[in-house]
Amino acid sequence: MGRQTPLYALHRSRGARLIDFGGWELPLTYGSQLDEHHAVRNASGLFDVSHMGILDVSGPEARALLERLIANDVGKLDAPGKALYGCMLNESGGVVDDLIVYFLGARSGDRDEERFRVVVNGATRDSDLAWIRAQASGRAAEIIERLDLALIAVQGPQARAQVARLLESAEASSALALGRFRAAQIGALFIARTGYTGEDGFEVMLPAAHAAGFWDRLNAQGVVSCGLGARDTLRLEAGLNLYGHDMDASTHPYESRLGWTVALEPRERRFIGREALEGVLARGAERKLVGLELEGRGVLRAGQRVIHAGAGEGVVTSGTFSPTLQRAIALARVPAATAGAVQVDIRGKLLEARIVEPPFVRRGAQKGSHLQTKGSS
Amino acid sequence: MSQVPTDLRYTKTHEWVRVMPDGLLELGITDHAQHALGDLVFVETPEPGRRVSAGEPYAVVESVKAASDVYCPIGGEVAAANVELASAPERINQSPYGEGWIARIRPDDTAAVAKLLSPADYSKLIEAEGD
Repeated sequence: MGRQTPLYALHRSRGARLIDFGGWELPLTYGSQLDEHHAVRNASGLFDVSHMGILDVSGPEARALLERLIANDVGKLDAPGKALYGCMLNESGGVVDDLIVYFLGARSGDRDEERFRVVVNGATRDSDLAWIRAQASGRAAEIIERLDLALIAVQGPQARAQVARLLESAEASSALALGRFRAAQIGALFIARTGYTGEDGFEVMLPAAHAAGFWDRLNAQGVVSCGLGARDTLRLEAGLNLYGHDMDASTHPYESRLGWTVALEPRERRFIGREALEGVLARGAERKLVGLELEGRGVLRAGQRVIHAGAGEGVVTSGTFSPTLQRAIALARVPAATAGAVQVDIRGKLLEARIVEPPFVRRGAQKGSHLQTKGSS
Repeated sequence: MSQVPTDLRYTKTHEWVRVMPDGLLELGITDHAQHALGDLVFVETPEPGRRVSAGEPYAVVESVKAASDVYCPIGGEVAAANVELASAPERINQSPYGEGWIARIRPDDTAAVAKLLSPADYSKLIEAEGD
């Protein structure tokens, strides 16, 4: 029996198919994974992601601690409400976890009392907490795991409007005014305009006791309950990495399509893993993570061998059948010189695939498609 | 509760067999199996004329989650495959015992059908698996 989120009883009572995901018992699907996927691309869906860890970091050295821990520069968080995506690295430059940091602000303008909120992956939350606490040792920073909060993602082109409809008018205006990658505490809800589906939407942190009621009210407006199955196909179509599959402690950001999250400036910021990454940059990365599309029929899956006649062999790190494109897509780690056409070993057959630049799908539409037209609404 | 039609025979690996009037055997996967797999997105059917032996994988069904082999309950020669599944794999989800049939074989030994699981025995099996 895995760990349970505050919405566990609700998932069970609604007939969700529950699976173990990184030690957590969570819905794989509520019925049809494909229907849930399309609901998010075309309208809206909601996900219980309360298995993710929410850590509040505060105190005079909170910022310095995060600047040491995260390869992206927390210095970019210069105004309350800003969010930053980044990776924690080990000394070899391997990815300990990927996370989002929100700057909550300074208590009554006092820089000594800055507060941040860090959201980490569910499967790694315990090891992350231990890692962060170890690095915080001797620093004036307090770390509190917010076990009292649930985390619900509401995603899709209609998601923001549907969340706003549950709020009083002043609060609704505040929520709708949030820019991308911005967050605010609005009443009992901490609302962030972030997500993991490639669609617009919110991720909402709220007291665990309010979670089921919030879920019900969104359902009542037609927001579709979704499971982790749809979350995985949505994130892969959006070209977003999954920790433990597309990168882990043995791979560095430059071979994981995450080089953009590494801030080497300012040069004096000595984040963990910096020296190793500088070595990688000097030598050049030997491998890279690329997008693949299968030319014919079949399904790409993690673990399949990728073969390029000149460059050598690689491996699929995440693969699926894309419900939006109706063909197989994948992320694969391949030798740096790999380009153009490759072959993938699917159950002993070598099938043709080609390297493409993710995202595979952008905001509900096939990338580069000019045939789709918006409705008049 | 999964459907288990009374006029078919079954395997422990969740395939069904229908004896057709012309002596061919129609094969597919059960309602329980399609439900466990979830939405199917790809089906690889066998080429007509191919020889398959009992217990050999003759088809592959893939859902968004995973790929699964489909085993041939009885040895024989593939007489026909359901080519409609190439463009409409969801037929297995919608109608596992009808439009979702996978292949028809000319069996080496029709009498072997009697050795497969009866509907009652298959129902007990999936009940034990928590259907």
